[in-house]
Amino acid sequence: MPRRSDLSSVLVIGSGPIVIGQAAEFDYSGTQACRVLKAEGLRVILVNSNPATIMTDPEIADATYVEPITPEMIEKIIAKERPDALLPTLGGQTALNAAVDLHEAGILAKYDVELIGANIDAIQSGEDRESFKGIVERIGGESARSRICHTLQECLDAAEELGYPVVVRPSFTMGGAGSGFAHDEAELRRIAGQGLALSPTTEVLLEESILGWKEYELELMRDTNDNVVVVCSIENLDPMGVHTGDSITVAPAMTLTDREYQKLRDIGIAVIREVGVDTGGCNIQFAVHPATGRIIVIEMNPRVSRSSALASKATGFPIAKIAAKLAVGYTLDEIPNDITRETPASFEPTLDYVVVKVPRFAFEKFPGADGGLTTTMKSVGEAMAIGRSFPEALQKAMRSLEKAGVGLTWAGEPGDKEELLRSAARPTEHRLRQVQQALRAGATVEEIHESTKIDPWFLDQMLRLEEMARVLAAAGKLDEELLREAKGLGFSDVQIGEITGKHEDVVRELRHALGVHPVYLTVDTCAAEFEARTPYLYSSYDEETEVPTGDRPKIIILGSGPNRIGQGVEFDYSCVHASFALSDAGFETVMVNCNPETVSTDYDTSDRLYFEPLTLEDVLEVVRAEQATGQVAGVIVQLGGQTPLGLARRLQEAGVPIIGTSPEAIDLAEDRGEFGKVLADAGLPAPKYGTAYSFEQAKAAADEIGYPVMVRPSYVLGGRGMEIVYSEAMLADYIERNAEVSPEHPVLIDRFLDDAIEIDVDALYDGHDLYLGGVMEHIEEAGIHSGDSACTLPSITLGREDIERIRYSTEAIARGTGVRGLINVQYALASGVLNVLEANPRASRTVPFVSKATAVPLAKAAARVMAGSTIAELRAEGMLPAQGDGGDLPADAPVSVKEAVLPFNRFIDKHGEGVDTILGPEMRSTGEVMGLDTEFGPAYAKSQLAVNGTVPTQGRIFVSVANRDKRSMIFPVKRLADLGFEILATEGTAVVLRRNGVQATVVRKHSAGTGPDGEPTIVQLIHDGAVDLIVNTPFGSAGQAGPRLDGYEIRTAAIVRGVPSVTTVQGLAAAVQAIEARVRGDIGVRSLQEHAQALTAERQGS
Amino acid sequence: MSIEAQVSPGTVEGENVSEEIGGPAILVLEDGRVFHGRSFGATGETFGEAVFNTGMTGYQETLTDPSYHRQIVAMTAPHIGNTGVNDDDPESGRIWVAGYVVREPARVPSSWRAQRTLDEELRRQNVVGIALKGTRALTRHLRDRGAMRAAISTVETDPRALLARILEQPRMAGSDLAAEVSTDASYEVLPPEGVETRFHVAAVDLGIKAMTPQRLAERGCRVTVLPASATAEDILALDPDGVFFSNGPGDPATADGPVEAMRGVLDAGRPLFGICFGNQILGRSLGLGTYKLPFGHRGVNQPVIDTRTKKVAITSQNHGFAVDAPLDTPFDTPYGRAEVSHIGLNDQVVEGLRLLDRPVFSVQFHPEAAAGPHDAAELFDEFVDLMSAQPAPAAK
Repeated sequence: MPRRSDLSSVLVIGSGPIVIGQAAEFDYSGTQACRVLKAEGLRVILVNSNPATIMTDPEIADATYVEPITPEMIEKIIAKERPDALLPTLGGQTALNAAVDLHEAGILAKYDVELIGANIDAIQSGEDRESFKGIVERIGGESARSRICHTLQECLDAAEELGYPVVVRPSFTMGGAGSGFAHDEAELRRIAGQGLALSPTTEVLLEESILGWKEYELELMRDTNDNVVVVCSIENLDPMGVHTGDSITVAPAMTLTDREYQKLRDIGIAVIREVGVDTGGCNIQFAVHPATGRIIVIEMNPRVSRSSALASKATGFPIAKIAAKLAVGYTLDEIPNDITRETPASFEPTLDYVVVKVPRFAFEKFPGADGGLTTTMKSVGEAMAIGRSFPEALQKAMRSLEKAGVGLTWAGEPGDKEELLRSAARPTEHRLRQVQQALRAGATVEEIHESTKIDPWFLDQMLRLEEMARVLAAAGKLDEELLREAKGLGFSDVQIGEITGKHEDVVRELRHALGVHPVYLTVDTCAAEFEARTPYLYSSYDEETEVPTGDRPKIIILGSGPNRIGQGVEFDYSCVHASFALSDAGFETVMVNCNPETVSTDYDTSDRLYFEPLTLEDVLEVVRAEQATGQVAGVIVQLGGQTPLGLARRLQEAGVPIIGTSPEAIDLAEDRGEFGKVLADAGLPAPKYGTAYSFEQAKAAADEIGYPVMVRPSYVLGGRGMEIVYSEAMLADYIERNAEVSPEHPVLIDRFLDDAIEIDVDALYDGHDLYLGGVMEHIEEAGIHSGDSACTLPSITLGREDIERIRYSTEAIARGTGVRGLINVQYALASGVLNVLEANPRASRTVPFVSKATAVPLAKAAARVMAGSTIAELRAEGMLPAQGDGGDLPADAPVSVKEAVLPFNRFIDKHGEGVDTILGPEMRSTGEVMGLDTEFGPAYAKSQLAVNGTVPTQGRIFVSVANRDKRSMIFPVKRLADLGFEILATEGTAVVLRRNGVQATVVRKHSAGTGPDGEPTIVQLIHDGAVDLIVNTPFGSAGQAGPRLDGYEIRTAAIVRGVPSVTTVQGLAAAVQAIEARVRGDIGVRSLQEHAQALTAERQGS
Repeated sequence: MSIEAQVSPGTVEGENVSEEIGGPAILVLEDGRVFHGRSFGATGETFGEAVFNTGMTGYQETLTDPSYHRQIVAMTAPHIGNTGVNDDDPESGRIWVAGYVVREPARVPSSWRAQRTLDEELRRQNVVGIALKGTRALTRHLRDRGAMRAAISTVETDPRALLARILEQPRMAGSDLAAEVSTDASYEVLPPEGVETRFHVAAVDLGIKAMTPQRLAERGCRVTVLPASATAEDILALDPDGVFFSNGPGDPATADGPVEAMRGVLDAGRPLFGICFGNQILGRSLGLGTYKLPFGHRGVNQPVIDTRTKKVAITSQNHGFAVDAPLDTPFDTPYGRAEVSHIGLNDQVVEGLRLLDRPVFSVQFHPEAAAGPHDAAELFDEFVDLMSAQPAPAAK
């Protein structure tokens, strides 16, 4: 049946900030859905607190609310917009949970909003483990034996019955948060305790262990006519025991006969029907016993999921897009397959290639975090690769990770076989490499299977790699046939060089001389049965290339690769914008990326998509293929973060035309000496710094600069390894811990500007004019990585004169380094001096936030500047405001606050305890939210609501601050007391407060233990839910016991219980303003479109 | 003309299974295109019609499906043989494909049911295969130019010489092959233990797959499988409750015998069900024409819509010919009015026929699956229902 005519407006809920387990894939699905619904003529109303998304671009929906995803705020939006329906299945678990909350609060009924794409019963029966188990039984399937428990005692009893080890799975959590294997009672107490706390329903499921079984997933879709199709089957290379998000996964399933596959398909279809998923996508996971074939249904997600994004990219079947169409009434057979255009969506894609997805982790960001992989997802990103064989796809995927130490390599010695087999038994991010090294060291497939339980078929495919490597090593010379064979197994030029003792460039030249190049094949959903219209390509050393020819000049945009901390969805946002803007300007756009979670790898985004690793070799081949079929006007490297930037120079050396800021200028900004000259020429101050190759040199430099100093390894990203050092002893400790300090790896020592205001600037420069995109004032003081700091735009304390200095300095730096396009500069304003901390001649993480806050498409404008337009032209065209810029926003301009979201709740240390949550110079946040309102208080309140879900307006506040913060804490705490909060404090803090007229209840420190009459410690109070806000500023240094340890216990308890926590005095002042705004109750909602309209009117009026 | 693969000396059954695989091999198409690869399975030379199959699972069922007789089958899925070979999954007593084209043959099978490797099985049954990189290029070629005659050889190094031999081979159009794959003698398939025998079905084997009588038996049918040469008299002599015409290879336009037999069954008014070739035989019996599709439908992901319920089934298909019938309106036949019951959604091909006044229907696709989805399994129930609705035969 055609689209429902009774619907005219739909509210779509996004997934909020990027967190582990819920990442950019929901921007991809949400963007698709909004576009589809809009194209169907529906008014689309969107709520999502994450500004770094394409879906929150004002043109994607009709009314875009960058507001917290809480029932309270959504009700305000519903009351204002009165949508006919709510589509909650495309915004991950966040959206689904919000829909359930809205239903339970009676809000949907009150405003007569129909839930589409899912119904409450289906959501609950799919997500509630007990009822899901019943469903599996009813359809004749089997679940793991399990018990639902609501208390620790029930858990202990159940484990006795099921036998250890048992799996613990909390209900209603994302990414398997809080899940784990308990091998004994002590582990069970810990894991189940945390699981009960994490579950919103205080419910965990204990399950028999199916560790080591084969793991599969099916992605299904159902329409209102009860047609069901399986879009994709996925097999996990890592057997059961590792969360599927942390597993290496392969599509299609590789080791099932048709009979077994059809059994999974039958069960999947029966489940989706029995659960009652009305329309849309759904994901079902299975475990299959490797020796008996016994099938266990693990779980299902009655919504679009991370796996469905992967399945969409893997097959070319756009699940989210189709789900949106099904939700408004179409049936599968009425929807054409985009790729063939002639066949319908009611079919099952068939692949003539293999897809491999590998996760990317960030354990190094969380010192002390245990690197073991479990059923709790810990990866922060993923790369996907496509090849015509599993080895080819695996090799491409592994090199797409761009992470030293985890890829497959033949350099150096493999290590001891027995040791490798032992370490590979425990899944970590290094396991695949350990397997490969074990093969190098002579281990057999049987031995590795015994150790890892990885299916022998996969291991034999890896053995093919090892055998090829031996043939290469033994070959006297590389001839065409041998090279083709090696390339067909996915060997990179680098690897061939490792094996044959040649440099990558030599291998490449040899290969080119022999005419050995990859061809590009189409992802077409149908294994070439029908002609594909959508150019979605991947490389393979195969027979026949399928790159179409074109007549428009082409611009190739290099994406940002797998998401990682410090390089996330924000960069994808800029790449996508560039593609849109350049397409509008008449170019043919070509995207190269390997991240399946993103909008950039949606085949709808660019004229052509190459799903390829972002290495020199792979990019050069894409450029070659494009040059062979038309004119390449240029390659853009400055929008995708460090990944493409790191390739710039070598691409240029290979003759590739780089547009925008030149590779020389990029290097100049990274070179301290050269950059120092630029600053000196312009008369700009920078903090004193030194470079040290030994402790002695470091000590000398620090003495000269004066403590505290900021130390870090040279050439780092995202503040990796960066620390603030207050004393010589700490410096010695740092150098000792970073033992690789050497002539190649010096340590940089900077003056640390205590009590400085940190300022982040994004600007555009065309060689002549500067457009100041936005000036962001950090809320936390300098010393906390800019990515982890909250910031506000416009700035709230800087004067006009400060802004003019910033404008002058930024322009001087842009001119001095030779920027063409975007530049990001970080400043620290201390004692009236504007110090330049660093400059990055590229798109920054804050570009989407600035674009939304100022209603100017900065990345689009940057792409145009790179392609040759001037800022004056873009102003005339209307892409940039006719006059003024982000530095002189009207006085009445609304205030936008960006706040970081941190993943501490995902990590535990070797003892199973939480990792510390203190912010520092090393970036740890995975995502961000934006709060937008007329002034700072409510805007900040929204940012905190979006992160924590709550800003308390009454209750108890616990205060414990470092001595140096005691003075600045008095006024805000007094204000909180005046607002009616009960103040709890440790003894020292309480005394200070009392002397200043603030009554504070003294509570026991954790280190003091429970009192003689059973008085609880602060940590116990937090666990009891008796504390509503925690103010705790850290003091002391790493490794010290006492106060620091107390702080650690408090902060980790806060994380476990989800109690909002303030860790800086600046944050406290902001929190007070937020609380005041909440108490006043004047927090409204306003769409970005209304916001842009108002801002434009103001600009024109001024 | 030799129908069996012509094999080089020394690769007869049971011998040489340990012979090194991977020697050079060529695949040549009748329009002169040549693909180079490595030997896989038996060595030798073989001829057939080159077709491609897009199924990602079920190679064992595909290899043993008699409908692939005299065809060189190219698998679009690159990795084939991953689950080895077992004795449970074959659809007939032997491999029928004339030659097999894959990209990445598995070296190590992985399945708890695997008994041997695919390579061993192909050698054991003297089936010549080739592993080549360009299976996608081959598929695109066949898609654009249509299925065509071809050969695989591990003994001929000159493609032109092989091409000359290809051009001497018969074309698929005009080939009458059912008799070559059919059973020599009739046999029975009984309902499994615990299932009551309710009906007796006479099934004409034009290349029947093992799963078909099994699906009927599971539903309480005693199935007597008859050779392709069975006449209406032979069939009716069994006094069956229903008659089934199976799938099979070749050009339906040549199948005059089965058409004659089916007309006799129709005249007798017995419930009748056909699959694949059986659907084409019904089409011809009703006076409809058949034609050769450019490259056919071979895979397990083919969407078919039921014209009455508008429900879509994902089906297993294997056909190079189709029935020519009006899609949107019922039409008259010598046996009363009929309609197209199912339509292929990819290309609007007739995928099923139904008589409106008689208990007779057929489908072009494979509801027995094997390989493929079970979406259309209820068609067997429909056949059983038709038999239930008939007045009991006078005497048994």
